[in-house]
Amino acid sequence: MAVNYLDFEEPIVDLEAKIDELRELSGKDGVDFTSEIKKLHRKVNRLRKDTFSKLTPWQRTRLARHQLRPYALDYINHMTTGFVELHGDRLFGDGVSIVGGFARFEGQSVMVIGQQKGRDLKERSFRNFGMAHPEGYRKAVRLMKLAEKFNRPIITLLDTPGAYPGVGAEERGQSEAIARSMMEMAVLRVPVICVVIGEGGSGGALALGVGNRMLMMENAVYSVITPEGCAAILWKSCDKLEEASEALRLTARDLLGFGLIDEIVKEPLGGAHRDPVATASILRRAIRRNLEHFRDLSPEAIVSHREKKFREMGVFA
Amino acid sequence: MSWFTKVKKPLEAIALRKRIPEGVWRKCESCKEIIYSIELERNFNVCSKCGHHHRISAESRIKLLIDENTFKEEDEGLVPVDPLKFRDSRKYKDRISDAQKKTGNKEAIIAGSGLIENRPVEIAAFNFDFMGGSMGSVVGEKVTRTFERALSNKRPAIVVSCSGGARMQEGLFSLMQMAKTAAAVGRLSKAGLPYISVLVDPVTGGVTASFAMLGDIIVAEPGALICFAGPRVIEQTIGKKLPEGFQRSEFLLQHGFVDIVVNRLELKSTIALLLDHMCGQIVCPLPEPEQDEEAEAGPEEQAL
Ligand SMILES: [Zn+2]
Repeated sequence: MAVNYLDFEEPIVDLEAKIDELRELSGKDGVDFTSEIKKLHRKVNRLRKDTFSKLTPWQRTRLARHQLRPYALDYINHMTTGFVELHGDRLFGDGVSIVGGFARFEGQSVMVIGQQKGRDLKERSFRNFGMAHPEGYRKAVRLMKLAEKFNRPIITLLDTPGAYPGVGAEERGQSEAIARSMMEMAVLRVPVICVVIGEGGSGGALALGVGNRMLMMENAVYSVITPEGCAAILWKSCDKLEEASEALRLTARDLLGFGLIDEIVKEPLGGAHRDPVATASILRRAIRRNLEHFRDLSPEAIVSHREKKFREMGVFA
Repeated sequence: MSWFTKVKKPLEAIALRKRIPEGVWRKCESCKEIIYSIELERNFNVCSKCGHHHRISAESRIKLLIDENTFKEEDEGLVPVDPLKFRDSRKYKDRISDAQKKTGNKEAIIAGSGLIENRPVEIAAFNFDFMGGSMGSVVGEKVTRTFERALSNKRPAIVVSCSGGARMQEGLFSLMQMAKTAAAVGRLSKAGLPYISVLVDPVTGGVTASFAMLGDIIVAEPGALICFAGPRVIEQTIGKKLPEGFQRSEFLLQHGFVDIVVNRLELKSTIALLLDHMCGQIVCPLPEPEQDEEAEAGPEEQAL
């Protein structure tokens, strides 16, 4: 039944299968497994709590990339109403690895922009695995300026392995698109709330991450380079992923400790994919609370808050 | 006869190599010609035979661009720390101190003020020999402060980028330098001050994808690799060999991402000219205002 689980989830999945089996048998031939089922339930809960309380950074990275994890459009569907997706960078194309548009969020119109991965094979390839071309970033900038023009707050949802490394992307100025997006975001006169919902993959993620607040889902990761890339370059080995992801300090808790993010958004036990609706509702409340903070600030104060936030990033002696 | 002239050159080279001690000559990375080191240095590492631009240090770059005895270094005291306690096969701290010993620099960039043909500028130049010119917190801070000094002194900013991108060993702190520097460019630009971004081989990753691509004018040296993703990563992704010249300066020029490709030996005069165009004193007389013309014409009309 559950084909999409990670190796460290296997004991949990096995137990759950056993429970299902007993449930099916129970009642048949007058046998009652109720107490066994209860016992197994307690056991599976303990096991889940135990497993998920001590995930390694690499395990968490894989959880952040989980195929069943809610993606940007899932959050948009669960958190907003009246979403009207808007397309195109007005220069070359649509850039479908990034989606965006107006939506109603907690009673007000907002611009919501997200990096979108695909779930099945067909959508994954359509979304280019969430790896945007320059058009995606240029579309995002266009939509953010549109939001600014009509004084609407902006919510961005970050979830990408990184910007796409390909021939066309380079020809059409991937670097320029990312750089410009950051520069333009820095001076937006409306509040910008960013959330890493899954995989915050380097510059490709940060291009949409210059906000007044940076939130991160409990099991999301955010890193300057993928553990795979880091292991290949520094360890010269493809199987030092545990070491690389540990060294990079890419978990939400690490980054909160460094002051690089503002808040961790709790996920249901076992990860966001265990209950996408509940997760979206937790995130919705967190975003609303953060937006309220900027409600009475002038556009100038909003810009200088954001500029100050990023000006202070970095440590040196 | 032709085969003889062909083999004669290498023989000469071997003889030359035998006669003079190593260090006195160098082999051009491109045409493989043997060149006297002194000659190469005098030429700021541009091969006099084929024009290939070999890498130069940040100090040489400053010497190339800034009028003699006018450079005043700033923020030379900023040194990297190790917030992640990062260690792979080696500790980040050890890599830093090795790089410091090797280059004599405290970080991968030198910043300061000086004159370019008598025009005051704020300048920063990368040193690739220091951990591949990678950008961590110190590099990001020095670049940002260069823009900020330009802003407060009302001067143009010049950044000569030569970097492998964000420095992995400082994790997300490094990544955030992209946003910090990009925002600083925005503030400078809003104040109407010019920023010339000079790209030299190589500029990749997080440096290309931030301030390096945000110059009012982007100048590149010939043949420089300028990219977001490096050729190796792309080849792995698409499973194909890349064409010759892909992601080189001339390729970016062709695709509209570089304003001008300039030979290193003409870089200084080109920058000086550009600065004149953007913020120099207007020397060409403007047509006089109409009122004056009328006033001059006035008496004649009266005479009529
Ligand atoms: Zn040569």
